[in-house]
Amino acid sequence: MSVLVYTESENGTYKKTALEVASYAKGIADMMGTTATAVAINGGDTISLGAHGIDKVLNITNDALGDFNASAFAKAIAQAAKAEGAKVIVLSQSANAKYIAPLLAIELEAGYASNVVGLPESTSPFVVKRTAFTNKAFSNTEITTDVKIVGLGKNAFGLNETSGAAATEDFAVDLGDTSGVKVQSIDKATDKVAIADAEIVVSAGRGLKGPENWEMIEEMADILGAATACSKPVSDLGWRPHGEHVGQTGKPVAANLYIAIGISGAIQHLAGINSSKTKVVINNDPEAPFFKAADYGIVGDAFEIVPKLNEKLKAFKAANS
Amino acid sequence: MKILVCISHVPDTTSKINFTDGDTQFDTNGVQFVINPNDEFGLTRAMWFKEKQGASVDVVNVGGPETEPTLRKALAIGADSAIRVNTPATDGYQVAKELAKVVQDGGYDLVIAGRESIDYNGGMVPGMLAGLTGANFVNTCISLEVDGNTATTIREIDGGKEIATTSLPLVIGGQKGLVEESDLRIPNMRGIMMARKKPLNVVEPTGAAAETKAISFEKPAPKGAVKLVDNVDELIDLLHNEAKAI
Ligand SMILES: Cc1cc2nc3c(=O)[nH]c(=O)nc-3n(C[C@H](O)[C@H](O)[C@H](O)COP(=O)(O)OP(=O)(O)OC[C@H]3O[C@@H](n4cnc5c(N)ncnc54)[C@H](O)[C@@H]3O)c2cc1C
Ligand SMILES: Nc1ncnc2c1ncn2[C@@H]1O[C@H](COP(=O)(O)O)[C@@H](O)[C@H]1O
Repeated sequence: MSVLVYTESENGTYKKTALEVASYAKGIADMMGTTATAVAINGGDTISLGAHGIDKVLNITNDALGDFNASAFAKAIAQAAKAEGAKVIVLSQSANAKYIAPLLAIELEAGYASNVVGLPESTSPFVVKRTAFTNKAFSNTEITTDVKIVGLGKNAFGLNETSGAAATEDFAVDLGDTSGVKVQSIDKATDKVAIADAEIVVSAGRGLKGPENWEMIEEMADILGAATACSKPVSDLGWRPHGEHVGQTGKPVAANLYIAIGISGAIQHLAGINSSKTKVVINNDPEAPFFKAADYGIVGDAFEIVPKLNEKLKAFKAANS
Repeated sequence: MKILVCISHVPDTTSKINFTDGDTQFDTNGVQFVINPNDEFGLTRAMWFKEKQGASVDVVNVGGPETEPTLRKALAIGADSAIRVNTPATDGYQVAKELAKVVQDGGYDLVIAGRESIDYNGGMVPGMLAGLTGANFVNTCISLEVDGNTATTIREIDGGKEIATTSLPLVIGGQKGLVEESDLRIPNMRGIMMARKKPLNVVEPTGAAAETKAISFEKPAPKGAVKLVDNVDELIDLLHNEAKAI
C-alpha cells in the first residue's frame, strides 16, 4: 500500500529531482498514513533517499537496463508497484520520466496526471493541481482509477530533509524482450549545464543582434553555474542550437532564477518560463512586455550592462564561496 | 508505408485563457483554434515521406464537429484523407483508446503524434497509444528516418540527444526538429480547393472512459510590480538578500 516513487539516477548519483520526488512521495504517504518506497534502477548509495523521507528502496540491478529503455523501465517500475501493492506512483518530469509515465500508465491501468504543482488537495477523491495551457492556468484534476500516477513538475515541491534511513532490498524483474528501441549513441555536452537540471538559466533574445555576441551570455552562465537558453527566433535564425529554444513550443523552464536579456517577453515565450521562481529582465525598451512578468528589471543596453554585471558577479562569487 | 498523423485542435498560442461556468469550462469565445504546433512539425515530416519515399498520409482527430476546419487545414497542407472520431476529447487515456481503434482498423505502420498538446499539456497520448497497440515508441523525437521496416530516430534528452534504432510499427511524440520552422507549409489556394474534395470520414467512438477529470480551472495569482533598479550592484544585492536566488 505504500506510495511508490521512481528515483532517477545518473552514474550512480540521484538527481536533485529524484530527491524532490522522494520528499513529495513522503508528503503523500503522510497524508495517506502509509510509507514511501523508492524504486531505483542501477542506482547508487541510498543514504540520500533515506534522508528525504524514503522508508524502503527496491534496488533493481539489471544489465538490460544499462541503457535507458522507456518500455523496459516502465515494465520494471510496474512490477515494483505491483509487488508493493502501491496505489500512488510518483515520477518527476524529466525527459526520461515523461517518456516512461504513459507507458507505465498502460501497464498498470492507472490514470496519470502530469505537471502537478503540489501535494494533492485530497487523497479521496484523489485531486491534484496541475498546470494547463502552458502555464497560463491551473487545472484541478481528479484521478479516478484505483492506481494513480503523479508527475511532479520540477521545483514545484522542493526538498524535505529528514533524519531517516532507508532499508534497501534487491528487487528482481522479469523484462521479457527489451529489443524494441535500441540506443545507438548519446550526444551530450558534459561541460554544460542542461536547462532541465539548471537552478539558474541565462537566456538571451534577438536584442543581442547576432551569434557573435553570445560570449558575454556564456560568461555569465559560467560564473553562475547556469544553463544558457534563447528565444525562438534566435534558434530559428541558427544563432543558437535548437536545444536552447525555450517557451511554449520549446523547452519549459522551471528554474530558481531566470535571467532574460534582450527578450521582448512575447506571450509564447513567457508561457514556457513562467513557472521559474525569480525572473530578471535586461532590456533597453521600458515598454517591453517582459517587465510586466518580471520580479527585477534593468532598463538599458545589454551591451553595456551585461559586461558590468559579469564583473560584479565574479567579484560577488569570489567573496561568497 | 501507411502513416497516421494525430492532430490535436488547440487554441492559437496568443490566446488569452479564460474560463466559464464557475471556472469549469474553457471559454472558447473569440479563441482561434489551430493545429497543435508539435503536430504541424509531424505532419510536415509525413509529407516529406509521402513525396520522397512514397507513403499515404491520413490525419485523425478525436473531437466534435468544431475541429473539422483544423482537419481541413491538414488536408490542405497535403494529407490524403482525414478521420474524425466523433466524441469530445476528455482525457489523454480516452483519446489514446479511441486512436488505438483507428490505428488497428487502418493498419498503420507509423503513427506521428506530438510531444504534447499546448492546451492541456498532457504529454500522454502518444505513449499510451503505443502501449495500447504494442508499437514501439520514441518520445520527444527531433529526427526520424525510415528505411523499409527500420527506423532511426533522434530523441531530445535533458542536455543532449540520443540516437536510437527501432522498427515499425512505431509511434513517435514529435516536436520541432522533425522539420525546420522554415519547412512548415502555409496552405495555398490550390491545396485549399483540393482539400474540399478529400474525404473527411466521421467515425463513431468506441465509448472509452476517461481516467482523469478536470474539476475546475484557475488562473495564476496576479504578479506584483517589477522592481526596477538602475545599477548592477543593487541587482546583485536584491538577488542575494531578497530573492535568495544567488
Ligand atoms: C506558434 C508560435 C509559437 C511560438 N513559440 C515561441 C516559444 O516557444 N518561445 C519563444 O521565445 N518565442 C516563441 N514564439 C515567438 C514569439 O512570438 C516572439 O516572436 C519571440 O519570443 C520574440 O523573440 P525575442 O524577444 O528574442 O525578439 P524580439 O521580439 O525582436 O525582441 C527583442 C528585444 O530585445 C530588446 N533589445 C534590443 N536591443 C537591445 C539592447 N541593446 N539591449 C537590451 N535589449 C535590447 C528589444 O527592446 C526587444 O524587447 C512563437 C510564435 C508563434 C507564432
Ligand atoms: N483529441 C485528439 N485527437 C487526435 N490526436 C490527439 C488528440 N489529443 C492529443 N492528440 C495527439 O497526442 C499528442 C500529445 O497530446 P497530449 O497527450 O494531450 O499532450 C498531440 O500532439 C496529438 O498528436
